[in-house]
Amino acid sequence: MLEQWVFIGLLLPIGILLPAVAITLNWILGPKKGNPLKGTTYECGIETVGETWIQFRAQYYIFALVFVVFDVEAVFLFPWAAAYDKLALYMVFEGILFILILAAGLVYAWRKGALEWV
Amino acid sequence: MSDPFGQIGEFLLNLLTGWGLEAGLASFILKAAGAAALATGCLFSTFLLIWAERKILARLQDRLGPNRTGPFGVLQTIADFAKLVTKELIFPSGADRPVFLLAPLLVVMSVVGIWAVVPFAPRFIASDINVGVLYVVSIGSIGTLGIMLAGWSSNNKYALLGAFRAVAQLISYEVPMVLVMLIPVMLSGSMGMVQIVEGQRSMWFVVLAPIAFVLFYISSLAENGRAPFDLIEAESEIATGYNVEYSGLMFGMFFVAEFLHAFTIGALATTLFLGGWLGPGVDRYPLLGLVYFFGKAAVIWWSIIWVRMSLPRIRIDHMLAFNWKFLTPLALSVVVITAIADKIGPAGTLGRTLAQLLGNGLILVVVLLVLRAFAAKIRRRPTLTSASTSLGATAR
Repeated sequence: MLEQWVFIGLLLPIGILLPAVAITLNWILGPKKGNPLKGTTYECGIETVGETWIQFRAQYYIFALVFVVFDVEAVFLFPWAAAYDKLALYMVFEGILFILILAAGLVYAWRKGALEWV
Repeated sequence: MSDPFGQIGEFLLNLLTGWGLEAGLASFILKAAGAAALATGCLFSTFLLIWAERKILARLQDRLGPNRTGPFGVLQTIADFAKLVTKELIFPSGADRPVFLLAPLLVVMSVVGIWAVVPFAPRFIASDINVGVLYVVSIGSIGTLGIMLAGWSSNNKYALLGAFRAVAQLISYEVPMVLVMLIPVMLSGSMGMVQIVEGQRSMWFVVLAPIAFVLFYISSLAENGRAPFDLIEAESEIATGYNVEYSGLMFGMFFVAEFLHAFTIGALATTLFLGGWLGPGVDRYPLLGLVYFFGKAAVIWWSIIWVRMSLPRIRIDHMLAFNWKFLTPLALSVVVITAIADKIGPAGTLGRTLAQLLGNGLILVVVLLVLRAFAAKIRRRPTLTSASTSLGATAR
């Protein structure tokens, strides 16, 4: 089983290396005539105002939080699903209870207005 | 020729050990060669995929599409590549350079990495790990990370907005996608891709779990960032968003990843729901498995392009509400209903199928009733109080 991971361990660096080679080729072949104007931020021809890396609206962050809840839930549910054939009926209902608790969490977030785009 | 792919592997291994190499080293070299071949094959196949997609898009719009370079314009993408590769790589002033460089590489890697666990034919899979489904989810998320890094490091407000939209969209739609991926795992009793395909020998999972398949399809569309879910690169709103400061092949790499991802969705949907390489006569002639696999994947891929051409972009609040208030509760209920129906339902292929179809039919009826009640409520809501307009005042 472990030797199956060797392939993935080789594929991922190659997956980074190949586009890197293509970009290096581009760097060799392409012109390099930089000037300050070319390096400015693209914004419809107008100069950009103020900093870019600023505090941003919190709504995106709340969605990310709700996402974390459900993704962690899924990680716990995958072993349950993989062993589903061997489970007795009451174990299946335990898994369903777990899902329902998280569904209650979703309902709570919904009622609190965390899922509204304001 | 009952096992051609296994025999090819054995032949190559014997060839290398015959040259006096150790068995472990020989298998390592074989794996390295296989990884290089797979990654190169994926990236070079995008030349064909981009051309085919442009051709299909053109036909759907009643145009001819690329037809000047080579027969049927098949060399168009190579011409585009030649153009991009001779463009200047511009690094915007104030950009976070290492991150700016890393982002397109990560995006490509995440898509290529998925192909490691895709079974093409019997005994023809790059690495048959026992957590294949989890691996697909985790490697797919690295693409999201790459898009966020690209948007953040560009020091551009449009790019940052695109990155934040990527946060909102890609991770939101990952939730229903991951949840419905539980269903093939549950029905086949394994997270390995080969066992999932083998589990569909008696009945494809698309028949057992049609709603789950539709949910997987929709959320995969959103994961790909294609129309109608192309908010992260909305041209008319945020000037293509996260990749606005990129040029040359660094820009091209994002699109290599996107076009390859569209076909990858077809391959994943085929593996998880459409029976992978299974088909008539595949046990006698394993080579047929390749034909079935790529045929099914191509049909799904074609339908993705069709959807892209047919639907307009949806608004961001609608997009998020559709995910969190419709797809996610539906995915949760599909998981619950499938688990119950498969456990208390009768055994045997026919009984199992009937139980699952009954459960799915129940969900469908409830969903339609809820949607109908919701639509009636929306319709009753007055859009404008009559007193606020002169027209309303005269009417009264």
